[in-house]
Amino acid sequence: MRGVWAVMILLATLLILALAALAGWLGWRRARRVELVSTGHHDRLHSRPVYHGLYVAIWTGVPALLLLLLWVAMQGTVLQALLLASLPPEVVEGLDEPARAVIVNEIITRAAGNALPGEPAPYIIEAVQRLQRWQAMAGMAALALGLAVALAGLAFAWKRLSPGFRARRAVERAFTWAMLVCASIAILTTVGIVLSLIFETLRFFSMVPLTEFLFGLRWEPQIAIRADQVASSGAFGMIPVFAGTLLISAVALLFAVPIGLLSAIYLVEYASSRFRAVAKPLLEFLAGIPTVVYGFFAILTVAPAVKQFGDAIGMPTAPNSALAAGLVMGIMLIPFISSLSDDALAAVPKAMREGSIGLGATRAETIRQVLLPAALPGIMAGVLLATSRAIGETMIVVMAAGIIATLTFNPFEAVTTVTVQIVTLLIGDTEFDNPKTLAAFALGMMLFIITLGLNMLSMYIVRKYREQYD
Amino acid sequence: MNNGEQTDMRTTDAAQARQEGGGACSETGGDCKFITRNVNVFYGEKQAIFDVSLDIPDRAVMALIGPSGCGKSTYLRCLNRMNDLIDICRVEGTFLLDGEDIYNGDIDPVLLRARVGMVFQKPNPFPKSIFENVAYGPRIHGLAKDRTELEEIVETSLRKAALWDEVKDRLHAPGTGLSGGQQQRLCIARAIATRPEVILMDEPASALDPIATARIEELIDELKENYCIVIVTHSMQQAARVSDRTAFFHLGKLIEEGPTEQIFTAPKEQQTQDYITGRYG
Ligand SMILES: Nc1ncnc2c1ncn2[C@@H]1O[C@H](COP(=O)(O)OP(=O)(O)O)[C@@H](O)[C@H]1O
Ligand SMILES: [Mg+2]
Repeated sequence: MRGVWAVMILLATLLILALAALAGWLGWRRARRVELVSTGHHDRLHSRPVYHGLYVAIWTGVPALLLLLLWVAMQGTVLQALLLASLPPEVVEGLDEPARAVIVNEIITRAAGNALPGEPAPYIIEAVQRLQRWQAMAGMAALALGLAVALAGLAFAWKRLSPGFRARRAVERAFTWAMLVCASIAILTTVGIVLSLIFETLRFFSMVPLTEFLFGLRWEPQIAIRADQVASSGAFGMIPVFAGTLLISAVALLFAVPIGLLSAIYLVEYASSRFRAVAKPLLEFLAGIPTVVYGFFAILTVAPAVKQFGDAIGMPTAPNSALAAGLVMGIMLIPFISSLSDDALAAVPKAMREGSIGLGATRAETIRQVLLPAALPGIMAGVLLATSRAIGETMIVVMAAGIIATLTFNPFEAVTTVTVQIVTLLIGDTEFDNPKTLAAFALGMMLFIITLGLNMLSMYIVRKYREQYD
Repeated sequence: MNNGEQTDMRTTDAAQARQEGGGACSETGGDCKFITRNVNVFYGEKQAIFDVSLDIPDRAVMALIGPSGCGKSTYLRCLNRMNDLIDICRVEGTFLLDGEDIYNGDIDPVLLRARVGMVFQKPNPFPKSIFENVAYGPRIHGLAKDRTELEEIVETSLRKAALWDEVKDRLHAPGTGLSGGQQQRLCIARAIATRPEVILMDEPASALDPIATARIEELIDELKENYCIVIVTHSMQQAARVSDRTAFFHLGKLIEEGPTEQIFTAPKEQQTQDYITGRYG
């Protein structure tokens, strides 16, 4: 019976679309006829026929489809309320909210044709039948109402059509609104995410003091979930965690920036166009490797090699050292830095190069004294973006870095990072009412603030220092 | 043909060219700065210059004119080996600067470009201060012992480029902040600062308004006292105003070369006649 409802809604959608198309064609034809017989400026159409057609089509389709959407969204809630009210009073009396929801859910599940264990009570069987009837009726009603609204829209628009009617303005306004709606979806989603982050973070800080989080030197969130512990006495100092993130990111950048920059210089200034044609896509290909694959690489190849190296030079080295994680993250960042530097260098006009070479400068002098300074803002922005990626990178460090928060700047030791902690905090225990899980939101908030700051700084640099060459 | 053989041939050509000397230059009474013989230039398969032989007098202005695409810039850029920067460009022929073969190991191209400066069509100051723009060449070539000497070079160069008075109070402002005409004079000052003997100019005034153009032309007139100047221009009036000799190029060939007055009043070739009277171009 639920099938009937779905078919009705689908049918309504298709019919409305077909009607809109037909209406659009009719509107276009009507305007076209006027256009064909017009002889001078006095009886010209104000807008071209296509806009008349679009105008009628929009009025026919959009309100009806919106109504249908609203119907689909509201129907469940309305039917549930009706269902609850229709149950025999002796059944629901004295039941609390969750218990009623259980009954309603059972009815809905059975009405959808899904089997449930046990024999249903008679009042349930009755309710199931009632609900199925309602659903079928609702489907018919939606179909009828949708078509009625579509026809009403068509009639309304049809009556307004006239040679002098400014159809183009109306149609363009409609499209502007449509674009605005799309833009707001993206913006509202972002706002929603940030708000929920803020909300959960505030809850965390109602349990753990802000100063402890910001300045504490110990991070031992595991303790806090034990029942015999007072939550706020657990260790939630973020310093060692952020120090770990910084250490690994620093290793990554120290590795990636020189290599990425030099490879960009080579590609832009020295490589033959044939080499460039092969090397650039390869670098971009490197950027497309999923980070989980870099993670394998870190565990299986780099970490053992780093350990061997560390042991050989007499440094006690952890199997999951910060150095190994940082190096692999650095490899991930190379294509990022080299392609942004490449763009920045290639954007320096040829005239700068020629000017410098023409004064008797060598290629190297030209690069050092003219190209790099001119490209520096772009390169800086690339490095900042790479930094914010390094800080937010999760998969590589989850696989290759440690879990224990150690406050150290020795890259041969194991450290943990903010993202690793967020992941470990949220695995398993997902009740969002203790500091352990809420701490993940606080860490996420800090991460968000830092990467946002870095991204804004890099955009500011690009905008401020973009050289005007013309 | 192996490389050694080619070098030999070029050397022989060079020797021959040296012997012949620059016949054209003696007409003006001066020395020849450049002697070029049998120049062919190719971009990949496409030939842009066909067997051009041209002598360029010292302390005078030589104008290269002709319809666009006829190879004026290409020829000009051979004179300081700027075409080396273009991968697909191949240059053949003999180029003697004061008797030295510039394509044959006598002179390092980097030093050649200090001796043969260049000013481009669009002003291209570096995104640095005015001072740093002019000091760029002297710094690279180590022309100044100390800061004082460097400042002297910068001042003299700016004076020679007739820009000093306009910028002396803001030497440390960015060069890109000047007006188009000032920027072009800054580029001329920048070229002068490396103490060149020759200045190549590729349509130096085509991006400028008439007043700025007039100033550049005045400047060229002063500079030719001390330098050999080769200027590409699409404006025949400009060629007539500033140059002592004019060479007319068409479709990669040198059609006619001679004293500017003669080229504009009594050209020997019909094609030159057609071009200067505006029948095509
Ligand atoms: N970098 C280049 N690559 C390929 N062909 C070029 C290049 N530069 C110039 N040419 C060709 O060489 C010919 C001469 O060009 P150019 O010397 O710039 O002419 P002009 O300066 O007289 O207008 C033109 O046909 C042009 O298409
Ligand atoms: Mg040109």
